[in-house]
Amino acid sequence: MSEMKTAAYLCSGCGIGEKLDIASLSKVAQREGKMMLVKEHEFLCSAEGVGMIRADIAEGVTHAAIAACSRRAKTEAFDFPGTALSRVNLREGVIWVVAEGHEEIRQEMAEDYLRMGCAELKKMKMPEGNPGRKLNRRILVAGGGFSGLTAALAAADAGYEAVIVEKEDHLGGHAAKLAKRVPFREPYREPVDTGIDALLEKVGAHPKISVHLESTIAETSGAPGRFFVKISGPAGEKIEEAGAIVQASGFSGYDIAKLPHLGGGKYPDVVDQAGVEEMAKSGNFTKKDGRAISSVAFVQCAGQRDPEHLPYCSGHCCATSIKQAMYFKEANPDTETVVLFTDLRVPGMGEDFYRSAQEKGVIFAKGKVSSVSEAGNGLRVNFRDLILDEETSLDADLVVLATGQVPNSGVNIDLPEEGQVSVLNLNYRQGRDMPQLVHGFTDSHFICFPYETRRTGIYAAGPVRRPMDMMQASVDATGATLKAIQALENAALGRAAHPRSGDLSYPHVRLEGCTQCKRCTVECPFGAIDEDEKRYPVFNESRCRRCGTCMGACPVRVISFENYSVDTVGAQLKAVEIPDEFSEKPRILILACENDAYPALDMAGVQRLTYSAFVRAIPVRCLGSVNTIWITDALNSGYDGVMMMGCKHGENYQCHFVKGSELANYRMSKIDDTLNQLGLEAERVATHEVAITDSARVAKMIDDYVASINEIGMSPMKGFG
Amino acid sequence: MSESFERYRSNFLREVEEKVEEGEWVKMCMQCGVCAGSCPFGPHWEHSPQKIFMMIRAGKREEVLSSDSMWMCTSCYNCIVRCPRKLPITHIMHGLANYSHRLGMAPKGQPTRQFAKLFWDNLVKKGRVNELKLTMKHYFRNGFSAGIREAMAMKEIGQGMMKAGRINPMEFFGGHAVKDLSGFHAMLAKAREIEDRKKGFSD
Ligand code: SF4
Ligand code: SF4
Ligand code: SF4
Repeated sequence: MSEMKTAAYLCSGCGIGEKLDIASLSKVAQREGKMMLVKEHEFLCSAEGVGMIRADIAEGVTHAAIAACSRRAKTEAFDFPGTALSRVNLREGVIWVVAEGHEEIRQEMAEDYLRMGCAELKKMKMPEGNPGRKLNRRILVAGGGFSGLTAALAAADAGYEAVIVEKEDHLGGHAAKLAKRVPFREPYREPVDTGIDALLEKVGAHPKISVHLESTIAETSGAPGRFFVKISGPAGEKIEEAGAIVQASGFSGYDIAKLPHLGGGKYPDVVDQAGVEEMAKSGNFTKKDGRAISSVAFVQCAGQRDPEHLPYCSGHCCATSIKQAMYFKEANPDTETVVLFTDLRVPGMGEDFYRSAQEKGVIFAKGKVSSVSEAGNGLRVNFRDLILDEETSLDADLVVLATGQVPNSGVNIDLPEEGQVSVLNLNYRQGRDMPQLVHGFTDSHFICFPYETRRTGIYAAGPVRRPMDMMQASVDATGATLKAIQALENAALGRAAHPRSGDLSYPHVRLEGCTQCKRCTVECPFGAIDEDEKRYPVFNESRCRRCGTCMGACPVRVISFENYSVDTVGAQLKAVEIPDEFSEKPRILILACENDAYPALDMAGVQRLTYSAFVRAIPVRCLGSVNTIWITDALNSGYDGVMMMGCKHGENYQCHFVKGSELANYRMSKIDDTLNQLGLEAERVATHEVAITDSARVAKMIDDYVASINEIGMSPMKGFG
Repeated sequence: MSESFERYRSNFLREVEEKVEEGEWVKMCMQCGVCAGSCPFGPHWEHSPQKIFMMIRAGKREEVLSSDSMWMCTSCYNCIVRCPRKLPITHIMHGLANYSHRLGMAPKGQPTRQFAKLFWDNLVKKGRVNELKLTMKHYFRNGFSAGIREAMAMKEIGQGMMKAGRINPMEFFGGHAVKDLSGFHAMLAKAREIEDRKKGFSD
């Protein structure tokens, strides 16, 4: 890289010039920030202002500090590819949040932020994109059921080759075993053709789709853009290369033999919904002894929403039972059909489908079934009628148990491996399949980021991700394919995937300093780091999401990004001027997650909420990237307190990087020792959960914290740093 | 109580569909309970409309038809307005009441039923309601002294109605009829015949 040429640009627009002394800020940038070039402008984001910066860049400026609005504002105007950029937040971070009548400390705050921006800038390098990049426009689809076929077809239609791996000797999965399916569109009245034959035909005829039947995945290695998938099939093993993977390994029906109280596995005429599909496909609606069926009882939620069996609702089975009751009514309108439910869950237009079944004479009763027993030639369903509030029973020739979907997620990497069968057989250090979220489903965060997983470039689709019906599975498969395409294209360009999509920085490691402690390889939430034979970390940059958790974990601080490192943050916090102990001006460092907490701080400014001007906020990629050295450095240099603001962790976590805020919390629980050694109070380091909507809360949180610091008094460490 | 093999079958439901006014709606109830919650009589009757509809589906013929619940309906129409499934609940309630009455299964001493009968008989006679006779019959339904007591209690209202011309004491002597009384009676007979045919009553 050529010589570094630094410049600072100070904007006086948006009221900044009225509230702050720009001339003295310029001096700070020159004398203390050591910027080679310092310019002021009254409207920096205007075409003229941006043009001025561009002209300077053309003249050789390589590093620019923009002292104007938040880094989250005007990103399109201040977009200078190839130039290292730091943003000094004078608007949202200073003039909008400091109450009137505090001119002096407001100016001090602005000057500190400027010092920080200049210090950070000088430590930054331009990211160049990861070196492991490769382009492979193939998508491997694990599973040839409805979701897998839909995914493969979506990929192929978008111009990407698709390779399907299916363990059975035919494609189609559960969908191919259905007689009919629930309608996806108007008029929502009758069961309709599954469409699986048409789908199979399209897949079979598509020149961009190839299929491995009776095959499993023996090993998956590599990273987005360069996966190597060893497929083991009847003809031996074969390696297929792929740029991304869609895991559509589907579900298995819950075993009815586990429900003996409902007659499952005990009486031949107690079947699951798959059993009814078999009957309907053959058109042979008879009991096991060959006699005609004159009455059917459907037991909803059989072994579902039940802590002893599946604790969740599979979502599709209410509509499926309605459909199946229609099968019987269609075959013989005199067949008595009763659906026993506690809640009938037919989302969307399923309500119309339900109504249609009522019109056909299907009887619906709100009842909780306790047992199924034999009675004469038939079966007796004992239940509590929840409307009539009484124990009662009804007799039926056939009892259908609406059992749930059990995801085929493969190995639960949090449990001992033995006995578990893997789907992907990843050779990753962190385990052979994707981490599971709840109830064994493969997902990372179904509320904020559906489709995301914790293994970059591998996307789960269909009922393996969460329970779902065919309509949802078709949307899901298409979504996962789009994510897969995005991932492989990004990987080819050396860029990160969600949520820092487009980021060209990647973790660099100075292996000479590494002590092989393995913290980074264990803590990376995305399984990006493997280990070599000598137990050194091996970074797979294309799998990395650039959260910096490894950087925060590393005790010897050998991991860094070009534009985000122990130094870029360390230099910022050291650039702040610490007034002496008797000044009554405490200094509080805020390390704020850039995804939620920092925007919440900005929003406080936008809403003109005020908070103490004694704080200095530094955005971090994730609280997981916070290296404890920053905390000790801050305390050593005389800060009176450190506030860490990150996302909710634990169950229902909100962390964009899944484990980051949790790890930070854990690491901070250990900081007490350090505080003890320094002779400091535990309150001097505080961790807070802040959501993006918390602007009002965060302002109050700051003021309360500053008040509590005032109470315990100024740090005795001032002047020693 | 009915046997297991009869419960939750369509038999009674079909009967209701065929023979009760608006009975074909019963199967469409989704058991949300909005009607039960909307009915001003909620706490006072044994079975809410929601329950009555469930009982029909559960095959509880005896219990439904001999119940006094549908006689409690005041025709406020709250339930009809609110039912998300658009069931004409009020009409079904009256249909059920009428059907149980025709079958002779309606509870004997039920006051609403008694009054309805008084009203009907009174109306049919002349094709017009004779307010005075209706009131008297109603007051004296439980014997002479009870009637006097009730009439005395309502004295002021009665006098007011008389002053306003709402009740004519002369109506006591016969009262006047609709223009074509025999035509009116023929019309009722025809209606009855149609209804009987539809509901399968032979008398
Ligand atoms: S869809 Fe219906 S049957 Fe299935 S678990 Fe949910 S509520 Fe129960
Ligand atoms: S911890 Fe984060 S930054 Fe480090 S390798 Fe893993 S994904 Fe990348
Ligand atoms: S409001 Fe309508 S749908 Fe709901 S319980 Fe009453 S009758 Fe049934």
